[in-house]
Amino acid sequence: MKERAGQLDRRELLLGFAGAGALGALAAVGRALAADKLVVGVIYVGPRDDYGYNQAQAQAAAAVKKMPGITVVEQEKVPETTDVQKTMGSMIEQDGATLLFPTSFGYFDPHILRMAEKYPKVRFAHCGGLWTNGKHPKNVGSYFGYIDECQYLNGVVAGHTTKTKKLGFIAAKPIPQVLRNINAFSMGARTVDPKITTQLIITGDWSLPVKEAEAANSLIDQGVDVVTCHVDSPKVVVETAERRGIFVCGYHADQSALAPKGYLTGAEWSWTTPYTTHVKDAMAGNPMNNFMRGGLKEGFVKAGAYGRAVGDQARKNADTIKAQMVKGDFVIFKGPLKDNAGNTVIAAGSAHKQTDVVLEQMNYLVEGVIGKV
Amino acid sequence: MTVVELGWWGVPIGVLGGAIRISTPFLFVSLGECITERSGRINLGLEGILVMGAMSGYAVSYTSDNPWLGVLAAGGAGLLLGLLHGLACNLPRVNDIAVGIGLMLFGTGLAFFLGKPYVQPKAPTLPGIPLGAWSDSPQIRAALQVNPLFLIGLALAVGLGWALRNTRWGLVVRIVGDSSDAARAMGYAVARVRTLSTALGGFLAGIGGSFLSLYYPGSWSEGLSSGQGLMAVALVIFARWNPIRCFYAALLFGGAGALGPALQSVGVTSGYYLFNAAPYIVTLGIMIATCSPRRTLAGAPGELSINR
Repeated sequence: MKERAGQLDRRELLLGFAGAGALGALAAVGRALAADKLVVGVIYVGPRDDYGYNQAQAQAAAAVKKMPGITVVEQEKVPETTDVQKTMGSMIEQDGATLLFPTSFGYFDPHILRMAEKYPKVRFAHCGGLWTNGKHPKNVGSYFGYIDECQYLNGVVAGHTTKTKKLGFIAAKPIPQVLRNINAFSMGARTVDPKITTQLIITGDWSLPVKEAEAANSLIDQGVDVVTCHVDSPKVVVETAERRGIFVCGYHADQSALAPKGYLTGAEWSWTTPYTTHVKDAMAGNPMNNFMRGGLKEGFVKAGAYGRAVGDQARKNADTIKAQMVKGDFVIFKGPLKDNAGNTVIAAGSAHKQTDVVLEQMNYLVEGVIGKV
Repeated sequence: MTVVELGWWGVPIGVLGGAIRISTPFLFVSLGECITERSGRINLGLEGILVMGAMSGYAVSYTSDNPWLGVLAAGGAGLLLGLLHGLACNLPRVNDIAVGIGLMLFGTGLAFFLGKPYVQPKAPTLPGIPLGAWSDSPQIRAALQVNPLFLIGLALAVGLGWALRNTRWGLVVRIVGDSSDAARAMGYAVARVRTLSTALGGFLAGIGGSFLSLYYPGSWSEGLSSGQGLMAVALVIFARWNPIRCFYAALLFGGAGALGPALQSVGVTSGYYLFNAAPYIVTLGIMIATCSPRRTLAGAPGELSINR
């Protein structure tokens, strides 16, 4: 909280300190070559303790903070507008940050790209799936986890638990990462029983607590008895599900404490690995790892502990699949796969491994999902 | 849980339930603003007060383990902020709209700052009254799970409508709001009436905030209000400064807000952005339909700075 108060001032003072800022930039260049000290800037779109996306990032930032020679500056609640450019600018100029983690999806284009051109010596590690070789600058990289593996496991557990055969998914925006999660969840559930459907509700933005609660209530009214979500803070969805007496799978961070009765399992991030890799590379002066990906195997994501309501069969089944995923020989997206309009999206015989970037351009919902992109 | 297939019936039931669940904060804020505007002032800061009320209500409920104490604390916080607005606007040449915007930023900022430690913990929430206990359908029971604050709000709307028309106190507020010269000539302290009306408005808005954090959605987070306080101020104009109409307007707004999710849950999957915008479209539509360039809005207090 102390840092936060300081940063608010810094943003306001940015104009007045333009001269000092130029000096800071010079210092930053000097520091980029030295290897013993590094200032890391982390930018969040929401509060750091939201039981969700930002909390998962902040946990990794806290781990980085403990590394020797590292200073971490953080700023919360930075919107996906030119505001984030100002924040990045002040972190670079005022604090001398040479490695930035702007964590929200919408920061990338055009904000990070513009700043990366302006500050070619600064490294920008973005959380998301968009860096393309040849198209984007080398001082920008993206890191992301194959959390759809955990969503698949969520789906398996949900499929074993549901009695009504109706699952619910509350999503913020229909972007590829979100669609991939929805599809993986639905496919996992349908391995248990192909009759299971997943009803999708899209709220329209990352954090709309009232709309999320309303979405959960509408789904429950329609007979959905297991719900999960992809919004920034799943707290409201988890609590609403618990209050209405249905089951819930968590997302982003561990929410089991919020739903002692209904919590099944969860898909959680584990960002410490990509964070520390980027920090070590920056300190050693190694070229930036522009495209960093990992799933359960690499420890970028983890599956939550099973809740009380999860049956033996579900545990056994999910554990078997998880073991295959950890070994790296489980393929979620393989043909023949149809979307929910009946078109074949992956032909029989072809399989997309997790690393396949085709999956990061996903623009369809698979069979069994009721909804539209 | 016995689940009956609802199908399309889910939409009206969802909208009804949503109207009851979502409308309460709108109702309280708009009633508060109704009193304030009837006395001739606009308090745009109610958004900040709403957020502050949500935070302080949650915090006090968490520390004292008593949600009703939280509601009271939220009202108290709102009262103080309302009083601040009232007193600031008493100073000469102070614009109430500008102060209101300042108060909005101040209230939300202060709530975010003080509310940090309360994002994570789980506070006890307000109980609901199961008015749907007669029904076998879990959906209807859930829709009619009514919070006491909603009923208090309804009673307040009726009481306030009556009091503004029929009591001496209501008459004084209206005189001050319609013509400060007349009020002064009759010997009423204009500034004091307005200050008290603004403080009372803040009290109600604070309680509206506690509903958000203590009942529905029922937890404190920084995105909790997302502009509901501002919309409620607009609702007052839309309701023509009439407390009973504020109640209808709040219900309409709540129901429109529930329409998007309810339609998606029955499988109407296209156009969800449009349905999610339903409350705003309804407001805009009615505002456009009822405004006229040739006269001021019917029922508008004469002293409001937007009318002068």
